[in-house]
Amino acid sequence: MALKVTDLRVYYRTLRGEVKALDGVTFSVADGEIMGLAGESGSGKSTLAKSLIRLDGRMRHAGGTVELDGRELPIADDRAMDEFRFREVSLIPQYSMSALNPTRKIGKMVGELLAARGVPDGTAELERRLELVGLSKDVLGRYPIELSGGMKQRVVMVVSTLLDPSLLIADEVTSALDVSSQKAVATTLLGFRDHGLVTSMMVVTHDISLVYQIADTILVMYAGRLAEKAPAEVLVTAPRHPYTRQLVAALPEVGVRYEDRRLTGIPGNPPSLLDPPGGCRFRDRCPLAFEQCAEQPPFAEVAPGHLVACWKAE
Amino acid sequence: MRSEALHFALRNRKLVVGTVVITVFLVAGVVGPMTIGHKPADYVGPAMAPPSGEFWFGTTTFGQDVFAQFLYGLRSTFLVGVLGGVLASVVGMVVGFVAGYRGGWVDELLTMVTNIVLVLPALVVLLIVNAYLGVRSVGVQALFIGLTSWPWAARAIRAQTFSLRSRDFVDLARLSGVRTPKIILREIAPNMSSYLFLTFILLFGSAILIAASLDFIGLGPTDSVSLGLMLNNAARWSALQLGMWWWFVPPGAGITAIVGALYVMNVGLDEVFNPKLREM
Amino acid sequence: MLKLDGVSKVYRVGAFGGRALTAVSGVGFEVGEGEVVSLIGESGSGKSTIGRMVLRLTRVSGGTITLDGKDISSIRDRKEYYRQVQGVFQDPFSCFNPVFRADRVFAMIKEQYFPGAGAREWRKRVEDALESVRLDPGNVLGKYPHQLSGGQLQRMLIARAVLLDIRLLVADEIISMLDASTRIDVLNLLADLRARGLGILFVTHDLSLGNYVSDRTVVLRDGKIAEMGPTPLVFGDPRHPYTRSLLAAVPRLHTKWTDLPADGTAADAAEDLPCAYHEAAQESRTRPGLAEVADGHFVACSGGGKAAGAALAKKTLAKNTKETA
Repeated sequence: MALKVTDLRVYYRTLRGEVKALDGVTFSVADGEIMGLAGESGSGKSTLAKSLIRLDGRMRHAGGTVELDGRELPIADDRAMDEFRFREVSLIPQYSMSALNPTRKIGKMVGELLAARGVPDGTAELERRLELVGLSKDVLGRYPIELSGGMKQRVVMVVSTLLDPSLLIADEVTSALDVSSQKAVATTLLGFRDHGLVTSMMVVTHDISLVYQIADTILVMYAGRLAEKAPAEVLVTAPRHPYTRQLVAALPEVGVRYEDRRLTGIPGNPPSLLDPPGGCRFRDRCPLAFEQCAEQPPFAEVAPGHLVACWKAE
Repeated sequence: MRSEALHFALRNRKLVVGTVVITVFLVAGVVGPMTIGHKPADYVGPAMAPPSGEFWFGTTTFGQDVFAQFLYGLRSTFLVGVLGGVLASVVGMVVGFVAGYRGGWVDELLTMVTNIVLVLPALVVLLIVNAYLGVRSVGVQALFIGLTSWPWAARAIRAQTFSLRSRDFVDLARLSGVRTPKIILREIAPNMSSYLFLTFILLFGSAILIAASLDFIGLGPTDSVSLGLMLNNAARWSALQLGMWWWFVPPGAGITAIVGALYVMNVGLDEVFNPKLREM
Repeated sequence: MLKLDGVSKVYRVGAFGGRALTAVSGVGFEVGEGEVVSLIGESGSGKSTIGRMVLRLTRVSGGTITLDGKDISSIRDRKEYYRQVQGVFQDPFSCFNPVFRADRVFAMIKEQYFPGAGAREWRKRVEDALESVRLDPGNVLGKYPHQLSGGQLQRMLIARAVLLDIRLLVADEIISMLDASTRIDVLNLLADLRARGLGILFVTHDLSLGNYVSDRTVVLRDGKIAEMGPTPLVFGDPRHPYTRSLLAAVPRLHTKWTDLPADGTAADAAEDLPCAYHEAAQESRTRPGLAEVADGHFVACSGGGKAAGAALAKKTLAKNTKETA
């Protein structure tokens, strides 16, 4: 098991109290697995991604453990995490286009970054990997402004994986890109795994159809908890959690037209995580809800590799 | 949102201290003169008397009441600060809003004017203008200060307006048929109200400082008393050399305290309005 | 109803407007009553600029935009124009002034257009409009924008447009910031408005959304029309290499990219295809730069463009072969 997360809780401090953004999640990612982490805004997917790398000032580790390759990650200890960041766990941030300092040449910036991490000169390897993602080594001599969004994205991707991390987290890396660059970036991610540059990967996104293209498994989150995890194919064709079912059914595809088939969304809104209700959090919007839902269903395995948190999922 | 700002405002020590200091001086300047039976220029007591029960701040070389002068001086100092500050803020806002919202050649023209006024050595201009003007009043002084100290405010407001102008709610107001002045007043300005307030506070403080400097070099109002003028008189009649500290300490301390309190307030307000500066 | 004819937009950039940047050039299409036209393009294609020009938020540099045959820039009374044409934008959060309550957008309409309406009568109208976009008035009135979800805000903005009894709605990327579970409802709402006779210009970068809701599709590339026509034709039988490569890149839910005819062949095929514009008979070139290859289905020359279209296909291809090599 590359990654093992057990009952992880991360809360946000706000003026009005603590927002339980991540409220007890337990799952694992196998070696070589690309796991898509899907969910809507406020589902806790970004909080989960961030807490594996760095808790920002407003986030509090409220409980649970994270194990990577058998070692526990000290996620609440910012200094102790330095040892793991970049080497063991690495993140491609959501806005990597703006992560690059516009006034410095790319090569210089990367060099400084590596030096700060105490990495000996890795220029040759860097150039080799740039080539791997379809960039010429000339980009090192250019300024960020001279590169397109997709190119910058790929530079950041190469840099974040330079030390062959065990776990790579890609946080909404495609959402700001055009369709054609989206595809390029997504296939590049796939290539990182296939070339063994990273062992496993978590691809955080709100776009299920995109993550379906590259992920082995997809984990769906809802309101700070896990709803369902299954192999990508199963999750898209035969989801068991009512939320996943409705969500997948609400996605328009090329070819589906309003006149032929009117899709419907999910009525209602997710509960506030400031003081979430007990029991299943999807209860209020769920067509299948019954008395037992007042009790939180366990995230249980209903088929090999298929876990669902719903009383009605057999 | 409102109550949130208030919540932080009441807990911000800098803001509270600054506000208290300003309020005390303001009340003294407004109410104080009414409690004094004589005019500040009246010769009411013995000459060169140190502070006593009768004359709290002592008297001048000519037997004028320093305390009375101080209270009247506070009044004109605040007056010049408010008038100059308001005038500079208004000009700065109008220029900044129009330039930032309209863009294009209007912006280029206004920016040019702003830059010209900005690089004018304001004090020198004030010196010359003031020197040629026979009768100088607090109002005239405030007018000149106001007309020369707006450029940086205009530039800052222009930049803010520029970034707000492209926000969707401004477009939506345009789509609702709302006219430009109203959009600026009701859509853009409320979004930078804290910023505008800070601008005013800073202009208020700098107007007081400029006025004090003008007064001190003898270009103060000819028809009234001010803190700067008191300093000017004290210096002219060698109060320092004669050891009459009570003559120049009160006005000097007054100006320092007011301007200092304004800046402390400004820092405090900044912390209140800017969530990033709030301590968690 | 709405007609764009050879519309261009040139921005002056650099010091003293020394350089010209063409955002839109020679675009012409129509939006009829009760018709949804989707304007599809990637970033920089000029799609939003066209939306803004129709809304008169940006000036037209060349060509004309007419509403019922009348040049919109000649309609001096903006209010009169906005009574008929309204817009909804991408980011519902930034459409609301954060300082005020969300229902201020309705108050603004009342103030500008119905100052005489009684408070109760107006409230009734607002409630009706909210109900028509499936919002519970009690849930949204009197709230601040940050207390509402993106989907709710976006519906309020549509309700705002509906209050005016408009004839044309410009919907600029109105879905892209919404969550998957609510976006389809907003999309359905557009379809409902269409059924009421509204014309809708639906600006989007998402092909599946455009496909779902629109009657006709206009594919833009670099400010020019690459292909346009009835949606089933453009999506079912794309004739321009650019449209094909876009379609090939869209992530689908039940087909993986790898299941599609291998990327290479698709791109090669696109490259080998003769330019549909030049293949078409001379007399079918009924619009400047466009040939009518089927009834109402227009396609631009892929040459000049062909290089670019092929380059795009090649770019994706290169990446893929590299990964799989």
